[in-house]
Amino acid sequence: MAKDFLYKYVLALGDDALILGQRLSQWAYKGPFLEEDIALSNISLDLFGRANLLLEYAAILREKGSTADDLAFKRNERQFSNHILSEQPNGNFADTMVRQFFLDSFYKLFFKKLTESKDEQLSAIAQKSIKETTYHLRHSSKWIIRLGDGTDESHEKAQSAIDNLWMFTNELFEMNQIDNNMLAQKIGVDCSSIKAEWDQIIDEVLSEATLKRPENTHTTSGGREGIHTEHLGHLLSDMQYLQRAYPDAKW
Amino acid sequence: MIVKKEKLFLDKIDAGLKIEPKDWMPDKYRNHLIRQISQHAHSEVIGMQPEGNWISRAPSLRAKMVLIAKVQDEAGHGLYLYSATETLGITRDELIQQLQTGKAKYSNIFNYPTLTWADIGAIGWLVDGAAIVNQQSLRRTSYGPYSRAMIRICKEESFHQRQGYEIMSKMANGTPEQQEMAQDALNRWWWPSLMMFGPHDSDSAHTSNAMKWKIKRHTNDELRQLFVDRTVKHADVIGLSIPDPDLKWNKKRKHYDFGEIDWDEFWEVINGNGFCNKERMKNHVNAHEEGQWVRAAALAYVRKTKNGG
Amino acid sequence: MSANQLPLWEVFIQPKTGAPFQHAGNVHAVDKEMALQNARDLYTRRMEGTCVWVVKAEDIVSSNPEDNESFFDPADDKVYRYPAFFKVSKKVKEL
Repeated sequence: MAKDFLYKYVLALGDDALILGQRLSQWAYKGPFLEEDIALSNISLDLFGRANLLLEYAAILREKGSTADDLAFKRNERQFSNHILSEQPNGNFADTMVRQFFLDSFYKLFFKKLTESKDEQLSAIAQKSIKETTYHLRHSSKWIIRLGDGTDESHEKAQSAIDNLWMFTNELFEMNQIDNNMLAQKIGVDCSSIKAEWDQIIDEVLSEATLKRPENTHTTSGGREGIHTEHLGHLLSDMQYLQRAYPDAKW
Repeated sequence: MIVKKEKLFLDKIDAGLKIEPKDWMPDKYRNHLIRQISQHAHSEVIGMQPEGNWISRAPSLRAKMVLIAKVQDEAGHGLYLYSATETLGITRDELIQQLQTGKAKYSNIFNYPTLTWADIGAIGWLVDGAAIVNQQSLRRTSYGPYSRAMIRICKEESFHQRQGYEIMSKMANGTPEQQEMAQDALNRWWWPSLMMFGPHDSDSAHTSNAMKWKIKRHTNDELRQLFVDRTVKHADVIGLSIPDPDLKWNKKRKHYDFGEIDWDEFWEVINGNGFCNKERMKNHVNAHEEGQWVRAAALAYVRKTKNGG
Repeated sequence: MSANQLPLWEVFIQPKTGAPFQHAGNVHAVDKEMALQNARDLYTRRMEGTCVWVVKAEDIVSSNPEDNESFFDPADDKVYRYPAFFKVSKKVKEL
């Protein structure tokens, strides 16, 4: 039972990184200028690297012979436990940066806490992730400021992105049975406890960017329980296509 | 005065010295370089598209990461080369305009579609393989910034070819469907890869000046032969067959004889009638136009903060 | 400056601690933060550096290799076209 909780916990973290990495990788050759193309693919690579580590660990916990690829390519929509925010479409550059900024701020705080995990693997992965996330957050928060305080058009797009994506942010701080179990074992993080700091980061950057929190602060969740938006199905059918079409093949 | 300068310039070239951005150079040399280096840069950038097409569908996490890194390298190579071109007195904006209006060309090979995952293997193995043959030769090109960019690019390029060959090798040794996919990709990418080396030396308008000024260090046909000799052996190792019935080892020449390229197809694609020419350009234009508000925002922000606002 | 053209920055990389900085190339960026990030992404992808410097291209002052025979432009203080790639002097060694 305990092993099952740990497996699900690690799997969720892996899914978060995998789905967000997949989203970012879709910006290849579509960036607003070449240098930004490289920056986005860098972040995507960091996320896939993290996903690989986490999913490899999850695979070991699951059963002998299972691999990270098995988990990434052979599970279906209801078995993915990533935060819903990660699977939201790229939209325009402002949508992507807002999504990234919300998540980077969260991950920075989350991984800082996870370094204290009693689970050595998770602690090590967290230490690596902090370095990356610090860089990611610098990048995304700077863009929020440029877009918010740039032109009228960029301000409008950024505000619109905030208004649309806000509803998915509360899920980041929810604690379900698995999270509570992991926390009790000093393996996992108390996500609810980092909300206040997250709010601070968000408000500071939004203020500098001359942007506002949305008026409608309704939120939704369900990702950890496999209740996703329709976007995930399309993302998976694209991502998993080759492995599903050629089940006997090794790649 | 100009005659004296031109003599000094040619002496430098003959002595194997580098020409640097602030050195005097004939307009023809400058223009030739702008054309050649920028077209190389454009090729790297457009080349991101056929490969980028399969990033989201890469069949394993490792393959995906390797492909992202490769496409990222291509963006980087484009940047090194735009950087080198800009030293000749032209801006990135002008270069992008030249590409989008069709005034500047890019390598034809990227006007072919990537239909299957095996195409990604074929591109790495054949297209990057051909590019390597070309690029190694250019490391000793006479223009300093170009030479240095090429040295940097060559260092990064070898992983690209290995990535492609590894994909082909795995598939050639995989299920019957994978083998078929791999052979099919080789069949479609072989001849376009040979076309990458350009027309026969006898039909090439730019070659003689390029050789005289040591911009080009080897001829089209020399490089094409080198590529064929190397690549046939690669194919043998993994059990794939080169789609050329005229391919035969020539004991006397100590090189492979190979069939004639379909030059009609070559000129059709160069002149814009390839499968993906329009689409490649449309994507490039779209990304650039869509990015306009982002660039404008970034510049507006900097101006505001500079003015203390 | 046109809306499309982000300013040009020259990039210098220190390959390892204690070594001299080398000119690596350039990047386009709006501000020094972006220039640093872009330079890091472009020129140190393969762990090629411990430290990165970025300087606006227009702030670089270059000597003129043909001071005597400046036929086209007696550019002294400002770079005429674009700064040449600086070569690392082989004479510089660690003491």
